[in-house]
Amino acid sequence: MAPNDGNKLNVPAPRNRPGETPEFDNLDIPNAGAVSRPDVMMDPKEMFGYANSLIRVLKMNNKAVGEWDPKLCADDMRKGLYDMMMTRIYDDRMQNMQRVGKMSFYMKSRGEEAVSVAQAMALDDKDMLFPSYRQQGLLISRGRDLLDMMNHCLSNSRDNCKGRQLPIMYSWREGNFFSISGNLGTQFCQAVGWAVASAYKGENALSATWIGEGTTATSDFHHGMTFAAVYNAPVILNVVNNQWAISSFQGIAGGEKSTFAARGVGYGMPGLRVDGNDFLAVYAVTKWAAERARNGGGPTMIEHYTYRADAHSTSDDPSKYRPEDEPKSWPLGDPIERLKQHLIEIGEWSEEKHSRAIEEITALVTRKYKEAESYGTLNSGERPEVSSMFEDVFKEQPEHLRRQRQKLGV
Amino acid sequence: MAKMNMIQAINSAHDVMLEKDSSVVVFGEDVGYFGGVFNATEGLQEKHGIQRVFDTPIAEGGIIALAIGMGVNDLRPVTEIQFSDYIYPAFDQIVSEASRLRYRSGGEYWAPITIRTPCGGGIRGGQTHSQSPEGIFTHVSGIKTIMASNPYDAKGLLISAIEDDDPVVFFEPKRLYNGPFYGDPKQPAQSWENHVKGEVPEGYYTIPIGKAETVRSGSDLTIVTYGTMVHVSLAAAEMSGYDVEVIDLRTLTPLDIDHIASSVCRTGRCIVVHEATKTGGFGAEILSQIQEECFWKLEAPIERVAGWDIPYPHAFEWEYFPGQGRVLDAIKIVMEG
Repeated sequence: MAPNDGNKLNVPAPRNRPGETPEFDNLDIPNAGAVSRPDVMMDPKEMFGYANSLIRVLKMNNKAVGEWDPKLCADDMRKGLYDMMMTRIYDDRMQNMQRVGKMSFYMKSRGEEAVSVAQAMALDDKDMLFPSYRQQGLLISRGRDLLDMMNHCLSNSRDNCKGRQLPIMYSWREGNFFSISGNLGTQFCQAVGWAVASAYKGENALSATWIGEGTTATSDFHHGMTFAAVYNAPVILNVVNNQWAISSFQGIAGGEKSTFAARGVGYGMPGLRVDGNDFLAVYAVTKWAAERARNGGGPTMIEHYTYRADAHSTSDDPSKYRPEDEPKSWPLGDPIERLKQHLIEIGEWSEEKHSRAIEEITALVTRKYKEAESYGTLNSGERPEVSSMFEDVFKEQPEHLRRQRQKLGV
Repeated sequence: MAKMNMIQAINSAHDVMLEKDSSVVVFGEDVGYFGGVFNATEGLQEKHGIQRVFDTPIAEGGIIALAIGMGVNDLRPVTEIQFSDYIYPAFDQIVSEASRLRYRSGGEYWAPITIRTPCGGGIRGGQTHSQSPEGIFTHVSGIKTIMASNPYDAKGLLISAIEDDDPVVFFEPKRLYNGPFYGDPKQPAQSWENHVKGEVPEGYYTIPIGKAETVRSGSDLTIVTYGTMVHVSLAAAEMSGYDVEVIDLRTLTPLDIDHIASSVCRTGRCIVVHEATKTGGFGAEILSQIQEECFWKLEAPIERVAGWDIPYPHAFEWEYFPGQGRVLDAIKIVMEG
């Protein structure tokens, strides 16, 4: 065939790789307060602008501004701050314990704490959560005992998942927190199913689900968006755009061609794009989406524009694929630092209180961890009964599994 | 000959084929700049260019469909599915499309694609990083299914797979990447350094698809196995006190039944060993074909050693994994009744 020089295979590549200086000067970041807050029942066709802007409340001078300011009381903001700090300190401790062989695997949520903590606070406890593996802040905000979280991660005798699941793949039915799969994106349309059932039953509860921007490439994303739109499901579909999917930057998921929020508009639902490191903005957009869903307005997609400040998991080294100081250069800052500075700015917090809170939380995490370890770790101490591995395959254990268990001698 | 572990051998197979054939392209999640989560494609993008070795969006169905389309347009795609536990979103494209394209079009179109995917347990990967789903693919007409057990075979078989004009699902037991594994996690990890199959030519060579290999000769009984369980079976054979023959299938479909049958008809006793769950596993098919070929020569019922019929349990990995003890029990049953 005749050659055509204009026809070239395009493979997107990130702007900077290891050894280079991170550059974010091309990001189009509107000022805090610049985006208006629409009526919760606005027609998605009129909302395209929201998908291409960025909702922000906290200014760089630490003041909260604009129509999206949720006007949270200081106690609520302090709870948010405390839970984000707890999430980070918990993560650090657990990662360290993974490094010394107490568990097989860990994933931190550093830099993304506002997404889970602010959203948990903006939702009702009866709302059902279908998270991915980086929303441990949801559990902490909803009051899951750290001890239970640790017991799971250690696969010990008190692990509510009975030693069957990788660490951090939590499940907490009592807290309306769905079992995390480990396979990407599978929960996205399941959350829609839960929401459709809520509509079928005529109840007031909605569901919320989270995936990363990388996972928007999966068919599960398309299923979730289509089914949510078709059935006008009361669901909040969150895409946490943390810029990196293991080693692939967001351009490999199609982020260079349009925003992820813009996909929502294409499916016929509002697509809100929010500064994911701005606790107040995340809280506000979630409240908006929840109110819309409870009023019969159906689904909302939210793109949380944030940054994965640590490795994907304990299995990868980010300095192999991105500049080492890229996390520090993220222009939207750190969610904990920003809320802390805001509270200090309005006279509701101080450096001393902050240091004391870190000490308190660290002591709590240490104490809880010691107790958890007394119930065993992956490689030592108590474990769930071996015979239990043949249970829950089905509700009733079939004969062939009973025989296999006997063959193992347990 | 060079010393290579299994990752280096697989990397070398890619490198040789990228060099040899400009229609070869390599892609998958994280395989480009990063070189894959197990480093199987490390350095290949830098050497061969971003248009030939590149990252894909996270969508296994998309990866395989893309490969089919590229294959129809004269390329020879080599894809990586990061873990075989993640292959299911691609199931429709593999089972309904790649496998049948040649047949349904009367031979007008075909899918010359290779689907590499790490499988198996033993690395504390839990239920989503430990599965052995080969039996799901061996059931499908039109797909060739391979599982290599060592660096030398992995490279030669992978080159054959890439050159093959039919779709090949190429399973890589990840527990073997850095060394043979004999089934006892308490023993120090072995490397391929001193293993005969860790000697790998640096250049081009092939191992034919569809040919099994006898990796230990014996006259008392035949163990038919593949993947990680080859090494576990060899270790059990050594310990058993019997003269055990061990066959490494290497290719599951098309199955080298003639090779298996000639052994089993000679020894009269057989055990089929795999890590995958038992019910409906590929072992059932092997056993059935042996029964068809060797029934009148058999001196004992054929035993099967396999994973329990449960999801891979994170904390009970070694109670789940069919280790030496279970193979030895089976040897005892077959030999002593």
